[in-house]
Amino acid sequence: MIETKNINFYYGNFHALKDISMKMEKNTVTALIGPSGCGKSTFLRLFNRMNDLIDDTRLTGACLINNENIYQKNVRVDALRKRVGMVFQKPNPFPKSIFENVAYGLRVNDMGDKNYIKETVEQSLINAALWDEVKDKLNKSAFELSGGQQQRLCIARALAVNPEVLLMDEPASALDPISTSKIEELIHDLKKDYTIVIVTHNMQQAARVSDRTAFFMLGELVEYNDTKKIFLNPDIEQTQNYITGRFG
Amino acid sequence: MTKKSINEKVAFLIFRVLGIVVIGILFWILGFIIYNGIGVISWEFLTTEPTEGMTAGGIFPAIMGTLTLVLGSMVVAFPLGVMSAIYTQEYAGKGWTVRFIRVMTSNLASIPSIVFGLFGMALFVNKLGFGDSIIAGSLTLSLLVLPVVIRTTEEALKAIPNSYRTGSYALGATKLQTIRKVILPMAMPNIFTGLILSIGRVSGETAPILFTVAAYFLPKLPSSIFDQVMALPYHLYVLATSGANMEQTRPIAYGTALVLIAIVLMMNLLASLIRRKMNKKLKMQ
Repeated sequence: MIETKNINFYYGNFHALKDISMKMEKNTVTALIGPSGCGKSTFLRLFNRMNDLIDDTRLTGACLINNENIYQKNVRVDALRKRVGMVFQKPNPFPKSIFENVAYGLRVNDMGDKNYIKETVEQSLINAALWDEVKDKLNKSAFELSGGQQQRLCIARALAVNPEVLLMDEPASALDPISTSKIEELIHDLKKDYTIVIVTHNMQQAARVSDRTAFFMLGELVEYNDTKKIFLNPDIEQTQNYITGRFG
Repeated sequence: MTKKSINEKVAFLIFRVLGIVVIGILFWILGFIIYNGIGVISWEFLTTEPTEGMTAGGIFPAIMGTLTLVLGSMVVAFPLGVMSAIYTQEYAGKGWTVRFIRVMTSNLASIPSIVFGLFGMALFVNKLGFGDSIIAGSLTLSLLVLPVVIRTTEEALKAIPNSYRTGSYALGATKLQTIRKVILPMAMPNIFTGLILSIGRVSGETAPILFTVAAYFLPKLPSSIFDQVMALPYHLYVLATSGANMEQTRPIAYGTALVLIAIVLMMNLLASLIRRKMNKKLKMQ
């Protein structure tokens, strides 16, 4: 489904990702863990080419989604980002109504007529486990929602354009424990329809939500394996040290 | 009392006095104009033409002239300024061209308005052959306020957190869609501040319209954009310096000043109301 081949990434002279090759299967949740600055967020942003927005960066190697190199010249970045959705660390709903937030992606991508948009908005909110809380106030501003609700709205917004992959950059780090557990449940439910890659600082969260875990350090992929294996019996000592909290 | 708290008291006393002085000056000017000008204000004064060598009658053509020039210059300066700011802020990146454009914009803002007047006369009136006309005057005024519009729009765009841009891109929106559907609506209330400032500036300027549009005495309304008009600031200047009978025209001059101030204040108020409404709609505050 997703495959990287010898990815190297540079911010100016800083070598942020070093020769990363890994594969992620369809309908799995992959957690990227590691200390701050290890490159896991940079790695995540490769898949929807968000790093393109940063000046003075350079990439070598290949990044394949469904066997298509997304860094080829003829790839349209906006079309790619429709296929690869993203949820950010801080909820960032637009200053529009709840309905319009979810409809936004459908509108900018010219997807369907009024009825289709209405149905898709409803379905996306249901899938993001937010429908029951907002169905009576779809025309209210998204800013009236709580932080956790806003984050689920952002997930609904991403789901609406029907992506294949969902990238999550510490989606629960700005939320309280109850909202966090709702997001985690949601990730579990979404797995059957989407391939999910999640960056997290929270070790327990990685253990709870993911099937596979990749441990990054200083721009290198140290260990990548089934989550159970990584947390119970990692092959490499650094991984062991990190997950047991001896550093990082 | 400790030395620290005395210092504190003295400093704030000075700040307060200075603040009151500034507001006092403003109210003094306003009071002076109102006191001297209110006597001539009447429905006739606002809706009729000057008569008897401008010693009697109203200032209707000058009011309409100023409103026309405000509208004309805004129609040109607002879209042009906003689009330039979008270019420099959202598209152009950080290279030396953008820095050069910024410096030049600041320079444009510091050019004396009489120089704009001369330039407008040379280019629009003579070279392009518009003659003394609304279009020449509006274009000259729009050049004058362009830097204000550009600068405030840039600041408004800069104030929008990047997370809204990335959020939009992440859904497959293009840059243009992001700007049109997310960034501009969010920036609009602050862009409006620039518009308010510009309107105040344009309605009060005399020098740029002196050689490009303003008529000394023209007791009828224009029929096309190639006509001359009277304008309040220039009318005021004429009444105060070169009227046929200065003693007789003095109250009319004060009345004209009062109307000019009232128009600017009303436009500011209207723009603030619209701005408030936009902000409310965005639920930003």
